[in-house]
Amino acid sequence: MKPNLLMNFTVDKENSTVNVKREFNASLDNVWSAWTEPEILDQWWAPAPWKAKTKSMDFKKGGRRLYAMVGPQGEEHWAIADFTSITPKSNFKYLDAFSDSEGNLNKDFPRSDWNVNFSEQGDSTIVDIAIKHENLSDLEKIIEMGFKEGFTIAMEGLDEIFATRAK
Amino acid sequence: MKRDIFQAIADPTRRAILVLVATNALTPNAIADQFNTTRQAVSKHIKILNECELLDEKKVGREIYYQLKIDKMKEIDKWLAQFKEIWESRFNQLDQVLMNLKSKENET
Repeated sequence: MKPNLLMNFTVDKENSTVNVKREFNASLDNVWSAWTEPEILDQWWAPAPWKAKTKSMDFKKGGRRLYAMVGPQGEEHWAIADFTSITPKSNFKYLDAFSDSEGNLNKDFPRSDWNVNFSEQGDSTIVDIAIKHENLSDLEKIIEMGFKEGFTIAMEGLDEIFATRAK
Repeated sequence: MKRDIFQAIADPTRRAILVLVATNALTPNAIADQFNTTRQAVSKHIKILNECELLDEKKVGREIYYQLKIDKMKEIDKWLAQFKEIWESRFNQLDQVLMNLKSKENET
């Protein structure tokens, strides 16, 4: 992380909410674009070595983004974001969910409610995110899954490479 | 309701107390001196942290000293660090994207 750029990360278990706040050394216009235009969003949304691939995105109230997280082995995890509210250059809200490549919801996983706030502070822009889950066990499940999905999958990828090499 | 460690760290004063007792064993009065709130408020926070088994209690004479129970904090740390890492990685990439956007603006 770069020095001087504020980053706050807290988990409020009482409210089943994860809060992430980060300062960016960029204009509000550019930060807003980076969060709301699919071709820019895809450049950063997935933590490396994963890549984000947006199949469709209709950025308006009632609209949907359908995208995949693509792993180093080409494996795809599809997800959707249903936009529930948009206030340009200030805030947008959406409900997320796991899905298939056609956007059919995977009902085994709980949805969470994202509230993303943007504000200017001098030359920089602050993004304040609150991810609210319906209940505590949902949050625990998501976090557990997040680890298993995000991290052990990366590890499994390595295992596969080693396994094929060993043959 | 059984208290857990996440309830403990949900409150900013309690997080600050944990930072204080991470390096030194302190009496409740010494902890309270660091805050602008009342002693009662601080001792309530200490009570919650204690119930979450985040504090080691040591009696020296008539004074009680509190210190952070390291093992318990490691659990939270590990858990949060992994989650936080995803966001950090994401945001570092976004920093790069924003820099590219800026330099494009300057070209035109």
